[in-house]
Amino acid sequence: MEILFSNVKELVAVAEKEQQPISEIMIRQEMLLTRRSREEIFAQMENNLAVMENSVEEGLKGVHSASGLTGGDAVLIQNYMKTGKALSGELLLDAVSKAVATNEVNAAMGMICATPTAGAAGIVPGTLFAVKNKLNPTHEQMVNYLFTTGAFGFIVANNASISGAAGGCQAETGSAASMAAAAIVEMAGGTPQQSAEAFSIVMKNMLGLVCDPVAGLVEVPCVKRNAMGAAKALVGADMALAGVVSVIPTDEVIEAMHKIGQSMPSALRETAKGGLAATPTGKALEAEIFGKDSDTRDTVTK
Amino acid sequence: MKYRSVFEIIGPVMIGPSSSHTAGAARIGLVARDLFGRQPDWARIHLYGSFAETYKGHGTDVAIVGGLLGYDTFDERIRTAFEDAEALGMTFEFIPEEEEADHPNTAKLVIGDDDGVMELVGISIGGGTMEVVELNGFPLRLSGHFPALLVVHDDRAGVIANVSNAIAAQDMNIAHMEVGRKEKGEMALMVIEVDQVVNDGLIEQLRALPNVTQVSTLAN
Repeated sequence: MEILFSNVKELVAVAEKEQQPISEIMIRQEMLLTRRSREEIFAQMENNLAVMENSVEEGLKGVHSASGLTGGDAVLIQNYMKTGKALSGELLLDAVSKAVATNEVNAAMGMICATPTAGAAGIVPGTLFAVKNKLNPTHEQMVNYLFTTGAFGFIVANNASISGAAGGCQAETGSAASMAAAAIVEMAGGTPQQSAEAFSIVMKNMLGLVCDPVAGLVEVPCVKRNAMGAAKALVGADMALAGVVSVIPTDEVIEAMHKIGQSMPSALRETAKGGLAATPTGKALEAEIFGKDSDTRDTVTK
Repeated sequence: MKYRSVFEIIGPVMIGPSSSHTAGAARIGLVARDLFGRQPDWARIHLYGSFAETYKGHGTDVAIVGGLLGYDTFDERIRTAFEDAEALGMTFEFIPEEEEADHPNTAKLVIGDDDGVMELVGISIGGGTMEVVELNGFPLRLSGHFPALLVVHDDRAGVIANVSNAIAAQDMNIAHMEVGRKEKGEMALMVIEVDQVVNDGLIEQLRALPNVTQVSTLAN
């Protein structure tokens, strides 16, 4: 089978050899693997971008989940930004609030685009729609941002995992934040290698992150992990653009993530049995949401 | 390669809250319905691992039922799938299992009506992508990325050649093919993933072949 890249080393090498951005290499690989036209592929990604924009807008209006655990935080952060008192910077908080907005919509069973998963769906659009205000990208560059995130995500998904049940939250928000960092670098004019460095810097700071959703819901702590994922993506991108490099090569960082995931106990891989889910408050919330005598193992007949 | 398209990473567009537990689950239900060839009258859904522990919170249950009703991952009707199933007279039951499955997000769907019963085991591998790993007791690997043909046949010489000749005559390219059987000379299953959409004429042709007992298709 024809394939342009199966790891980050190859991806960067192809981009450098062809003197093309990573997004373009992803589009070419997609054409090879799916035998679809460039136009079809681009149009589908445009549609995904439109869905993301809608989710951000929806979330910034203020939405709440059925359980009542999450909602409204995107609005709080936006309002706080407007006071001009924000310490960590407006662009960063804008990204954080838009990541939160998307995940609040997701928790409310709204429509989102998984990037790479639904639980981590806030980070890629959150950073994109914040960075947009600073870099003023063309529509095409915005779509390309998604192809660049996809190129890195494709490698993680095939060489490690993007599933919280298999690899913990590091595989979900960890992957999303690292993917976003790589795409921010490309949009800001960095090199393919700098994208890879940004990916590594962020992923190294996500290693070991467990998946411990309270009551098994994609809400607590998922929404806030997207918030911090967006923040890390921006800082990691800036570090790489400043010339900071990762001592451990990207593919080895991905492999480390994979191995850490495999050695994580099942209680910390999306079973709602450990971590924050197993705290007294986590347990109490679970009982409250699913009823006092609720046991998630009971049989439901309808 | 588990993932073949960038749209499995950036995508699917879906109703929340979980790509593996909602979108992947809906796709398992949808593929089961496609392979069954019609909407079943009843469904018994066994859940394993993380599916068993967290299915309520993730809407795994409504998503699987929605899939059985023909709803895709982005179909907002997933939210009302239970009510819709009731209105259509489809009964269903969820059975969370204690035993460990090979994959943490595994569902076994037993679906049927007066004309037949089908058993399918699906795994949701992350990001909304799923694989069928068992069909009516046959281990297999079917991603649902490509249009596919599933041919149940007697384990006899020449059946595979007849089937592949019929496909070749349509100028169709086989992307992936797997053949398995329960016992020598007994029932066997061919799983054929193809690059083009399968037309009804080919299905009829395959059904008419000697020693072929059942043909079902999966659209992409």
